[in-house]
Amino acid sequence: MRLAIVALAACGSATAAPPHAPVAPPIARVASDQLQAPAVFAGIADRGARSRALFGEMAKVLLHPRCVNCHTPDASPRQGDAHELHDPPVVRGSGDRGVVGMMCTTCHQDHNLELARVPGAPGWHLAPLAMVWLDRTPHDVCEQIKDRTRNGDRSLADIHEHLAKDRLVAWGWSPGWGRTPAPGTQALLGELAAAWIETGAECPP
Amino acid sequence: MIHVKINGVDHDLDVDPEMPLLWALRDVLGLTGTKFGCGEALCGACTVHLDGDPVRACVTPMHRVKGREVTTIEGLADPPGDHPLQRAWVAAGVPQCGYCQAGQIMTAAALLAANPTPSDDDIAHSMAGNICRCGTYVRIRAAIKAAAAELKKP
Repeated sequence: MRLAIVALAACGSATAAPPHAPVAPPIARVASDQLQAPAVFAGIADRGARSRALFGEMAKVLLHPRCVNCHTPDASPRQGDAHELHDPPVVRGSGDRGVVGMMCTTCHQDHNLELARVPGAPGWHLAPLAMVWLDRTPHDVCEQIKDRTRNGDRSLADIHEHLAKDRLVAWGWSPGWGRTPAPGTQALLGELAAAWIETGAECPP
Repeated sequence: MIHVKINGVDHDLDVDPEMPLLWALRDVLGLTGTKFGCGEALCGACTVHLDGDPVRACVTPMHRVKGREVTTIEGLADPPGDHPLQRAWVAAGVPQCGYCQAGQIMTAAALLAANPTPSDDDIAHSMAGNICRCGTYVRIRAAIKAAAAELKKP
């Protein structure tokens, strides 16, 4: 292992940028379960690059299991950090809220049930098929949430409102028994979304 | 005090708003037809109707049912036990141990109310949350179809 580290360090020094090449401002590396504030990205001079970096940070939340498990490409929601199929088996139905006898609210309440371990929040339902995030890239998600034909006809202001204040979105940070919360806070996601929109709402490649 | 109509009868229940509906039904009102199975909304034995829609009574807090109408297996038909599904259940000999059947019938009744001619897939999707540990699923499906046919008769 020590040899490998030495080899990597040597590679790093061998590929250093030439003196006049544009150098990206340093962004501190943080764990994937931490969310950075918009101010961290203020050093990126290029507005478009800053916007793309801000969305990349937002994607830590949007692609988190607490979010993508209900943004699925098929009939079933997922469970857990490994995206297992929902158990008991359920189908989305025509309104993304299940079918008679197995509606989301047959079991899910408007709040988590700690003793029964059943998660819940107001308006519990699947995202429509047009809004698939599971196994998608930050680019895919970014293009989708800007596309009014695929985002529920929401403006960017509506998107910000949804991310920053929606009570079902808020569940991602208070998911209840045994579930990993989304990184950061909903307020911080709202700040990132506002900064992303303010810088042109550009999508990462 | 929580006001709720259960099987057509008005009740004002002095219970904790977080008490599961199933507790109120069985322990406060003595309506023991609805069964406790898992307590986690995973088996369907406790299924009742809330304003006509199936819910798991074991995880439904009393504050959710305030001012609303609950129907249990005791109130599904008048006279009790005379719903076409209940007659079909008997005719097909569906139950083995019988513990799950109240929940099965309540879900099936809601299915037939919404979809009088369910396909096999419709039945499978709607009944997927009602577990029968005796494995009588083939007879359950047959009874639902028999009841659907009965309901179609003029």
